[in-house]
Amino acid sequence: MTDHVSSSAISARGLTRRFGSRQALAGVDLSVPAGTVMGLLGPNGAGKSTVVRVLSTLLLPDSGTARVAGHDVLRAPEAVRGRIGLSGQYAAVDPKLTARENLYLVARLYGMRRRQSRRRADELLERFALGDVADQLSGAFSGGTRRRLDLAGALVARPPVVVLDEPTTGLDPRGRADTWRSVRELVDGGTTVLLTTQYLEEADHLADSIAVIDRGRVIARGTAAQLKAAVGGERLSLTVPDPGHHALAWTVLASLGPHVPEHDPRTGHFSVATELGAHTLEQALAELRWARIRVHDVTLAPPTLDDAFLALTGRPPTAERPPAPPDDAPPDTPTAPLPPHREEAGTWQR
Amino acid sequence: MAAMTRAGRDASLIAWRNLLNLRRTPGSIIAALVQPLMFVLLLSYVFGGSLGGDGYRTYLMGGIFAQAVTFNAAFTALGLANDMDRGLVDRFRSLPTPRLSVVLGRTLSDLAMSAVTLTVTALCGVLVGWRVETSPADAALAFLVILFFAFAMSWVGATIGLTSRSVEVAQSAGLIWLFPVTFVSSAFVSTTDMPGPLRHVAEWNPVSATATAARDLFGNEPPPGLETAASWPVRNALPYALVTTTVITALFMALAIRRYRRITRG
Repeated sequence: MTDHVSSSAISARGLTRRFGSRQALAGVDLSVPAGTVMGLLGPNGAGKSTVVRVLSTLLLPDSGTARVAGHDVLRAPEAVRGRIGLSGQYAAVDPKLTARENLYLVARLYGMRRRQSRRRADELLERFALGDVADQLSGAFSGGTRRRLDLAGALVARPPVVVLDEPTTGLDPRGRADTWRSVRELVDGGTTVLLTTQYLEEADHLADSIAVIDRGRVIARGTAAQLKAAVGGERLSLTVPDPGHHALAWTVLASLGPHVPEHDPRTGHFSVATELGAHTLEQALAELRWARIRVHDVTLAPPTLDDAFLALTGRPPTAERPPAPPDDAPPDTPTAPLPPHREEAGTWQR
Repeated sequence: MAAMTRAGRDASLIAWRNLLNLRRTPGSIIAALVQPLMFVLLLSYVFGGSLGGDGYRTYLMGGIFAQAVTFNAAFTALGLANDMDRGLVDRFRSLPTPRLSVVLGRTLSDLAMSAVTLTVTALCGVLVGWRVETSPADAALAFLVILFFAFAMSWVGATIGLTSRSVEVAQSAGLIWLFPVTFVSSAFVSTTDMPGPLRHVAEWNPVSATATAARDLFGNEPPPGLETAASWPVRNALPYALVTTTVITALFMALAIRRYRRITRG
């Protein structure tokens, strides 16, 4: 083991796992420094949940080693279980127990005594704003409330390491904001968090470092800032209906900043990363109007996972395809720049 | 030793949780209560007429006790499959509780269910004329033997439930084996009229042994005209029942725990 292991709350080395013919993990290395948040970012089926299941001792890897909270996942799983809290993608609360009973049961199974368990359940009910529904059956809860209860369950034993598998998938914006706030509170308290997500925005928002995972392999890692620099800020998208204007529109968009615009000649759809968001949008619209290029469907949106994959690997996420050899080739330019040439000017329209 | 204490403590917590669940799912309680009632009435009056009337009804009860608790194994299979499906097994497996406790908790709560089933069945039996002809101590021992057998069958159900890929599979797989196991036995009819190999299977069937041991302990004689076999497991029903029940419990406990450790759902 290397030196950094002792200061890492989570470290994994060469994890592999195969399910039948599917290579779910193809050699995953991870290291999460204590007290930080790592975001495991990837599309559906990339292997995120499998990593989580291995690190939380639910699944044995075919090969590789992992240490969590100072203990070997393979050699001392019981010790690991006592030091982690897991909150899954599918909120694992007992629908036929009340919120209070759910937390009490988990506390007791962590080995707490009756009175201590009751007190801890009360504390968590208050902290997660579950007081009003404390004695209702959790089966009747909304998705967001159930997820809050599940998250509270993961924190019962005040574990030094918390693993959250897609904590906001399927939540409405308010539920997502609640979850984000809870995660930040955890980190403020010194907890190490590993969270998986399909949303670049979420990883950016919560994580100190991000590992991008695809086809059971970490294909990129770095800080949120580094990833953002690679992917760019908010993305400007618009459609130019007249094919005669495409070349000029491309030039205008390329002149806005350092990012290369993408262009689909068939639909006339353009998209480019921006440095300054709304300011770049205004500038683009002004220049396009000046060039008398008609555009519609103008949007400014945060970059998506697809954008990140495109920026990092030069191709969209491919988790559903069968595994291919590792792709270490440098990113291709998504679309070749068009040669600028002038055409008859149209009228700009909103 | 500490680990065993912990497993026992956590298992009783899980059993508490299972029984709360059950109490809040009235449908499943009704099913568990109506089933023995149905079997007592159906078998004693449908088969009873041609197999010896009142005498048969009395004799039948030992078989119905054994059969009713065997059917409770289906609840174990279904309960564990449901917990896996809801992600609760994953939650429990991520907690520092001994591997044994979750499955033991389930078999214990189903044992409590079996005790209820037995009580209801016995009351129905009394209504159709069944009586304990021996001492209360013998009767108590008979019920203990049946409950022990219920526990063994519950571990079979646990293994099926944990092996099933879905709740639907657990539901059908947990039920289908019960029919041959309970009917190829001396629970309801004499084995003497069965064809050769089937007869041997029926006589060595632990369900037969449990039913016969219970009949012996209750002092329920076969009705006139119902000829019982005289092979070794029939003559030594009680020791044979205890040995097979112990072996089944140990074997399926090991299998179920092994499955529980290795649940892999990708």
